[in-house]
Amino acid sequence: MRTPAFIFWQVAAAAALYLVFRHLDNDYIFFASYTVLQFIVLSTAWNILGGYCGYVNFGSAGFFALGAYSSVCLYTIGQSLEELFPESLVAPMQLIFPLPLPVLIIVAGMVAGLVGLGTGYLTLRLRGVFFAIATLALAVVLQTFIVNWSFVGGSRGAYVIPPNEIPFFGPYIQYLFVLMLVLVIISLTCARLIERSRLGYGFATIRDDELAAEACGVPTLRLKLIATVLSGALMGMAGAPFPFYIGYIEPGSAFDLSYAVNSIAMPMIGGTTSWAGPLIGAVLLGTLQQVATVTISSAINLLIVGLLLIGFVIVAPGGIVGLWQKWVSRSSKA
Amino acid sequence: MTAPLLQVSQLSKRFGGFVALDTVDFNVAEGERVGLIGPNGSGKSTLVNCICGTLHNETGSVTFGGEKVDGLIAHERTRRGLARSFQLPRPFMSMSVADNIRVPLLYTVAARVGHHVSKAEADERCMELLKMVGLDAKAAKNPRDLTQVEMRKLELARAMAAEPKLLIADESMAGLSHSEVEDIVTLLIRLNERGVTIIMIEHIMRAVMSFSQRLAVLVSGKKIADGKPDDVIKDQEVIGAYLGQ
Amino acid sequence: MTATAIPVRQRMDIPFDLIINAVIAGLLLGGFYAAVTAGISISFGMLDIVNIAHPAFILLGSYIAYVVNVELGVDPIVVSILVLPAFYALGGFVYQVYYVSFEKYGQESLRGLAFFFGLLFVTEVCLLLIFGVDYRSVDAVYIGSSVRLGTMEFPLRLLVPCLTALAMFAGLQIFLARTFIGRAVMAVSQDPLALRLMAVDPTRIKRIAFGISIATASMAGAFLIIIQPVIPSVGRDYIGRIFAICVLGGLGSLPGTLIAALLLGIIESLTSVFYGPSWAPAVSFGILLLTLAVRPSGILGR
Repeated sequence: MRTPAFIFWQVAAAAALYLVFRHLDNDYIFFASYTVLQFIVLSTAWNILGGYCGYVNFGSAGFFALGAYSSVCLYTIGQSLEELFPESLVAPMQLIFPLPLPVLIIVAGMVAGLVGLGTGYLTLRLRGVFFAIATLALAVVLQTFIVNWSFVGGSRGAYVIPPNEIPFFGPYIQYLFVLMLVLVIISLTCARLIERSRLGYGFATIRDDELAAEACGVPTLRLKLIATVLSGALMGMAGAPFPFYIGYIEPGSAFDLSYAVNSIAMPMIGGTTSWAGPLIGAVLLGTLQQVATVTISSAINLLIVGLLLIGFVIVAPGGIVGLWQKWVSRSSKA
Repeated sequence: MTAPLLQVSQLSKRFGGFVALDTVDFNVAEGERVGLIGPNGSGKSTLVNCICGTLHNETGSVTFGGEKVDGLIAHERTRRGLARSFQLPRPFMSMSVADNIRVPLLYTVAARVGHHVSKAEADERCMELLKMVGLDAKAAKNPRDLTQVEMRKLELARAMAAEPKLLIADESMAGLSHSEVEDIVTLLIRLNERGVTIIMIEHIMRAVMSFSQRLAVLVSGKKIADGKPDDVIKDQEVIGAYLGQ
Repeated sequence: MTATAIPVRQRMDIPFDLIINAVIAGLLLGGFYAAVTAGISISFGMLDIVNIAHPAFILLGSYIAYVVNVELGVDPIVVSILVLPAFYALGGFVYQVYYVSFEKYGQESLRGLAFFFGLLFVTEVCLLLIFGVDYRSVDAVYIGSSVRLGTMEFPLRLLVPCLTALAMFAGLQIFLARTFIGRAVMAVSQDPLALRLMAVDPTRIKRIAFGISIATASMAGAFLIIIQPVIPSVGRDYIGRIFAICVLGGLGSLPGTLIAALLLGIIESLTSVFYGPSWAPAVSFGILLLTLAVRPSGILGR
């Protein structure tokens, strides 16, 4: 189907979901599904660089936390206007701050995108494995900087207090939920658009055989940079509302390893060649983890994710989407 | 006398201590059909890699269409009209045969023409190219399902899809039958008649002799002969290089 | 392990012995880092296998040393030597899975990385489930005392692992340079065809090499738990150090690894003294990023 139709159906599905949840009148559902939506965005973002181009990013937590902390930074600025600005500027600043969340999301996207560009520029001319290791390095370097930056709370953390209620939505969590739904729609549409475009072909050639791609005239470095910026920006945008969701943020939770593992496991289990893969992976694994964390323990839940990742990578590299495609082609041949 | 389309002068390339190419001079005039032969390991593929930008030469220079291309990365040379097929075929395994051909159309031709190539146009040119090499029936297949010979034809078609001014065909005929070799030679000659300069690197002497207007011989990284095919094959040094190995 | 940060005012007149001892600590740590990285030098540098799960195997070694040390009072380094065969076998097994699932088909890059990442993760979580988040440490005669030479202090808990590590390292280097299998290992990624022509199966060589690589993790684990108390997440701090050293030293060069390890140890130690220990993780990763950007082939790279 054409893209406008795709967007329309997503919006319809999202609206329906929201209305159903609102009708159930249970804030917990919003809290739990917010995490799943967040993972959809993270997985889709990861897959643009990882699944489409074949460049593994181990530092998803870093980009996510960049987004979260850029929100914290702007929020803290808004809270301490008198200390930061001279008298004459305080009044106009008070008109701008506190910045609304959508603005924070956009800023987070730009910050994360820029960092992605920088990292990419330094390392994408090398082999894919060096890029992967560099992303790992980046996440740790970023975490070290944040830990040592007292303005955003450093290792002690920072409190971010959102309003309890917000006009039109009611409870604040519903507003966050809807914002994340919008991000989901943006990222899925983006991924699907790429798949069907010239860019998608280019990405696939990079994944298949970078040398041959260059020989065919594909500007591989430029495309890889585009993928890195897009991927990083989306991850940053997913992180921007996080401080408001969680209320108290410290580097440990923002840079949590589970983001890195999940953003790799979900696309690989769902299927890396299509926009639907990360979606399926995130919904399945995300829901599974929400249930497991509550019923068993969060450690065992991560263990299951890790085992599933290893299992799928060995046995079903095409993920769930791949398995479905095989099943469909087999039954059509029968 | 017009400048040659491709000018390789004093090109050297080493891998650690091993000298793969030693001050090679090699010129190709526009519209020419040149053959390049030499024993295995003589540096033919290294030369191609240096010309096309896959490898960077230490000394010497490569000039294409009057422009020094030494600093340019591979895709920029392709965009300027320099295309090559790989000796060991490297198709894009995750897409169909037709899509493999589509890539150079979308990236090289579109960049040169300055505007998007429409889907219909791209499809048309794809099928045209596939027909030329006899792969049109397999357009929707995955390269994994092709035979070795068909993969070589795909490799050649993909290089042709970049609509080059100079095409380097690196051993595209290995393993082909007698009539298939003839088909490819005819195809390349037809391409040449349309204005494409062609360098053919081959071991199949029949093909090289019937195709080339000029023949160059590379042995152990040095060019030892360059001239009319009939003269070159009678050259004592050339005979020695092939028979005295 | 290292001193606390010095306030800026006082930095100008830092006592010379403090710097000397920081350098010494850095060198000793560097020797240890070399042992930690030796395994990756082999698996990544020579076999081209990105085993980012290596720190997890090291942690495994640490915990095994811990358990035997606590239950039976055996010295941790002795424990690690005793379990070398088990780790070697484990390495061989992991390589076999890796080869059959990925290497055979040329799919190493994305899936291989994801595989090892999953392995790293699963191992860490398993250790977490078994041993919890408490720091564990071992008991040995030499922990706690130091050798003094004038103002220079050599803490034994750093010195003993360092010396043993250097011995292990030297042993590895001799093995690689002097024995047939060792040289085959060095040749296997550069010229597998030549190996085949000599009737040596490259896969078997790689399996042996990977087994050795994981075996080094056993000893490195013992060294680790002597030097510092461990919890499962410690492994991740070492990923950066390992790859920084590997890249800085030049892939596949054991001597390069040693030099890079000593350098990193000293830089980290001095950074800790001047800026505080919380900056230490950034040092190794920063060096890694810098090296990748400026000179990816490293100091002694091929």
